[in-house]
Amino acid sequence: MKICVDLVRCQLHGQCAIAAPKLFSFGEDGKLQWVEQVDESARREAEEAADVCPEQAITIED
Amino acid sequence: MIGHVLVVGASLSGLRLAEQLRGLGHTGPITIAGAETRMPYNRPPLSKDVLTGDDDETALVQSLSFRLRPSLDDVTWKLGATAVACDLTLREVSFADGSTLSYDALAITTGLSPRRVPLPGGEKDRYVLRTLDGALALRARLVAGARLAVIGAGFIGCEVAASARKRGLAVTMIETFEAPMQRAIGLTAGQAMQALHRSEGIDFRLRAKIAGFIDRGDGHLDGIRLESGEVIACDLAVEAVGSTANTQWLAGNGLDLSDGVLCDNAMRVEGRADVVAAGDIARFPNLFADEVPRRIEHWTIPGFTAKRAAESLIKEMVQGSFAPVPAFWSDQHGLRLQSYGSPSLGDASELLEGSLCPGDMRRQGAALGYRRAGRMIGVVLIGLPAGRLAHYRNLVEVGRET
Repeated sequence: MKICVDLVRCQLHGQCAIAAPKLFSFGEDGKLQWVEQVDESARREAEEAADVCPEQAITIED
Repeated sequence: MIGHVLVVGASLSGLRLAEQLRGLGHTGPITIAGAETRMPYNRPPLSKDVLTGDDDETALVQSLSFRLRPSLDDVTWKLGATAVACDLTLREVSFADGSTLSYDALAITTGLSPRRVPLPGGEKDRYVLRTLDGALALRARLVAGARLAVIGAGFIGCEVAASARKRGLAVTMIETFEAPMQRAIGLTAGQAMQALHRSEGIDFRLRAKIAGFIDRGDGHLDGIRLESGEVIACDLAVEAVGSTANTQWLAGNGLDLSDGVLCDNAMRVEGRADVVAAGDIARFPNLFADEVPRRIEHWTIPGFTAKRAAESLIKEMVQGSFAPVPAFWSDQHGLRLQSYGSPSLGDASELLEGSLCPGDMRRQGAALGYRRAGRMIGVVLIGLPAGRLAHYRNLVEVGRET
């Protein structure tokens, strides 16, 4: 499954990096980095990151 | 099997609770009832992007509505239905339209209503912010040159003030405390934020109490008289003086409704196996801080408490103690404020990074740590990039264990 981030909506709150640090992080340049392709075992973590995003910018595509 | 779950409150917490029930394997019927006619939507933008932008209602509904997971396709929505009464013994909820619904398990997620200033006058020009409809009504009045009085300099008041200033209004904030947002972030940070607001042209009347609204005689507002005798001339006012929990419909069941709904650490309402609460309305002991039950009006709390509450309904015993770390943010005059932990519970604060001087704070940002009896219980970051949050978040986590 694929994690998508709408970077137009994203306001860099960083809640995803708290909820799912293995999937989301910030680079030296301050930009959001994330793992795009993940397997089913990461679904719960990915969904949590999507849920806590204040801008609801994260979607998970199967 | 828990049978029919009735979620009262079509809010973020109501939505998350239903999702979690399905996620935990509940296949029985779920009904979500809500007082508003809209599907659950995201409220934080109401005081910010909605007020400063020009998107019409249709576009806003589309951008604010929460996405619905396919697992909720078979949920029954009962919208525009205000719960007016409830019988926890009969397991039945009554609605304003006269209808009733029975349940096997009840989830309480009816949230808050804005508190009003209990003084008459100028009602046609007095606004509160909680719903999209309320935000749209207020936005229609945010015309450049108009004079706005914001009563209450908490987060919503400060965000509304900044948004209105951006639209070119003359803004005066009236607050009983010594500094804006003082209860949430303390005097030092509050004063730094005040300086930021002042540099953007917002006036303050602090330690000020309202004596009355001056009515023009036709229901419109002429000004606000303070107890000092000063009159703040204004065309409209926003009342941002906190919220009260929507618990009226639960009266008569012997519950402690003194401030929200009293829950245990499993989000069960006073130990009942078939009644839970989540979100702003739930007063629960958060073991992150201590065992004192409190309501927490922070955006991340509905998600956390909904998950816990769903587990409590599905499982006879929930594992471990529940200690979610609160987090919130605010955007004011282009500066992001982020909070992690519970700064409001601190008894001392210290500057950890940057500067609180106006100008310097805008350029460098600032981080403050809040200690309670020596333990770092919260951090507030002003104008720092999100990547820095992880660093400061760890300081709070460490604090929990010491």
